[in-house]
Amino acid sequence: MAVITYRQALHDTLREEMLSDENVFLIGEEIGVFEGSYKITAGLLEEFGEKRVRDTPIAEEGFVGAAVGAAMLGLRPVVELMTINFSLLALDQIVNHAAKIYGMFGGQSNAPMVLRTPGGGGQQLGATHSQNIELYYAFVPGLKVVAPSTPADARALLKASLADNDPVLFLENLALYNTKGEVPDDMPPAEIGRAGVTRTGSDITIIGYSRMATVATQVADQLGEEGISAEVIDLRSLRPLDRETLVESVRKTGCAVIAEDDWLTYGIGAEIAASISDGAFDYLDAPVRRVAAAEVPLPYAKPLERAALPSAESLNAAVRQTLDAVGHRR
Amino acid sequence: MTEIHMPRLSDTMEEGVISTWRKQVGDQINRGDVVADIETDKAVMEMEAYDDGVLEKILIAEGETVPIGVPIGIMGDGSGAAAAAGTSGGGSDGSTGGSATTAASSESGSTETASPDTAAPRSAASTESDADPRERPKASPLARAVAREKGVDLSTVTGTGPGGRIIRVDIEAAAEATTDTESSRQSAPEPQPTERSESHQQSQDLEEIPLSNIRKVTARRLTESKQQAPHFYLTSAVDVTDLVSFRSDLNERLQASGGPKVSVNDLVVKACATALRANPSVNVSFRDEKLFQHNRVHLGVAVALDSGLVVPVIPDADRKSVSEIAAEGKEKAERARDGKLKPDEMSGSTFSVSNLGMFGIEEFSAVINPPEAAILAVGATREEVQVHDGEFVVRKMMRMTLSADHRAVDGAVGAVFMQQLTSLLQDPIRIIA
Repeated sequence: MAVITYRQALHDTLREEMLSDENVFLIGEEIGVFEGSYKITAGLLEEFGEKRVRDTPIAEEGFVGAAVGAAMLGLRPVVELMTINFSLLALDQIVNHAAKIYGMFGGQSNAPMVLRTPGGGGQQLGATHSQNIELYYAFVPGLKVVAPSTPADARALLKASLADNDPVLFLENLALYNTKGEVPDDMPPAEIGRAGVTRTGSDITIIGYSRMATVATQVADQLGEEGISAEVIDLRSLRPLDRETLVESVRKTGCAVIAEDDWLTYGIGAEIAASISDGAFDYLDAPVRRVAAAEVPLPYAKPLERAALPSAESLNAAVRQTLDAVGHRR
Repeated sequence: MTEIHMPRLSDTMEEGVISTWRKQVGDQINRGDVVADIETDKAVMEMEAYDDGVLEKILIAEGETVPIGVPIGIMGDGSGAAAAAGTSGGGSDGSTGGSATTAASSESGSTETASPDTAAPRSAASTESDADPRERPKASPLARAVAREKGVDLSTVTGTGPGGRIIRVDIEAAAEATTDTESSRQSAPEPQPTERSESHQQSQDLEEIPLSNIRKVTARRLTESKQQAPHFYLTSAVDVTDLVSFRSDLNERLQASGGPKVSVNDLVVKACATALRANPSVNVSFRDEKLFQHNRVHLGVAVALDSGLVVPVIPDADRKSVSEIAAEGKEKAERARDGKLKPDEMSGSTFSVSNLGMFGIEEFSAVINPPEAAILAVGATREEVQVHDGEFVVRKMMRMTLSADHRAVDGAVGAVFMQQLTSLLQDPIRIIA
């Protein structure tokens, strides 16, 4: 068992999958000679050659479309979109083509491809480079959307995504690339659509994914020191969504706070809140509360950017408000 | 528009019954007029109007019970507009249940004609069903689920969540607080399934009697008393031969001067007051883990009514003459029977006397009336054969039992009190000394 970074886990898993299946190939901007904007593909061009590691022009719709075609014909492309913000340029290929191939053509063909892409703010990259728009993809039937928060999950979910016959949007987060964690060598693929209960507790359920799942864990640890027992759920998969685990947890704790890096209105938290209301209404002792980013284009200025994003402090405060509302006596 | 609310008429009052509406819809009300008679936990009180106006709507019908603060009627200028506007406000804290809407809807016909535009939708809503969502207590879904499971009536629970929302801990506390008391059985919305099937079978033989407020309060307080106060009992046999002749003697003299007759109980009350003055450690209360010494002696004298038990108080009984005690006791007992005793005339006693001698009961032990620390149960006087100086003699004997709260009074302290009380009753001239 090794302690490695999230970045390293992605790199190692890609390399391993390329070694074990010659149909797996990488395609994207600057992934070859430049070794990837975030160095996930470092050394792979050298090892696997240009046929397996394809540098492309700045033309997202073009290379995503090429990947869809390749997938339909039996290859397993892994597309790197430099940031999720640029995926908008390929929206037609992703939403209107990749997602619909299996259903629209009566199952005669499918598009087994992985769209790797980092999202998230906090890096002072300005409003157009700091978004969390995974919701756009989680909305679309035919796509799967996964969002690992730890190096181990990154490895297990990337394996599962490559094995899946549906197109998978694989959401990375810039803030997580350098985080470290234990990654077992013989890790089996994850089950897409299964959330993780990363802390068990009885007083409140905190739900997050990607970066906010790690923040949730941090807050749960702080609360634990004060004798508050918070259960943390890391969604891992936004589509399909593991409603069962959410509902089961809230039935146990009676209240929930959802933490998300994206905007509040119509957000993923809204979907989760609705799922909880549907499955655990009679078990709720307080309204489900959501912590999300300020509803503005993310500011460039560091203090403003920090103020706009949800933090451990804002999540902690929301948890306390909810606990107060259910008369939790500390 | 002015809402008339169920008033708080005593410290212990939590809800009241509209005994009689003295005004009807359409009546002019002037400030100070008696609007209704309200039956509290202790008495029937007259409720006076604080404002002038016309009674436009009666929200709570006679015989209905509602918590204090709940609107029971609406006053306006007589146009009916207030009544129409008031429909939504009536019973706004959600505790009135079906009775409010029933009463309101029975009046709605006239108000709708007065101002159909505003009145119609509201009235229609309230006639639809008595489960008007605006009148539901605010409770979390979990609290509702737990309340269903535990059989707790939400309208009896005070919410501690945001905006007064009832949350799970409130239901759990309420369920715990009321598990053993009579009142919980009364407030539980439905009997348990087994009881229900039983009562179904026996519906001919078994009928539920609505609890009077006095009965509810008695049940609650005496249950608390028996559960919380560790009772112990001291019984003495008193030779009242002299007391009885002293009483006839006294009554002859009092009658000659036009005074009231004195009963044996009046003499017992006076003797108790004297003995309490001499034994202050019995004239105490135990409350909230604290012991309180009463520096005045106020005696409660239990009076049985058809509707339950009330205990009028004779303040400063130790400083009053026996004939004063007799007069005051008689007058208060009569008013208690009429339900006209004011709540403050029934509270503040520091010791109580309960006498069942007139029913031939020889000896019994009473339940302490909290927060008092003791109560004296007095039995009947009867002739008994006693041994005096080796001879059988017939004497008049009376047995009395002191129930004392051991948290506040020890056995020997109670025994000394009983000894002095016995000695006073056996040497009655000292009672009036």
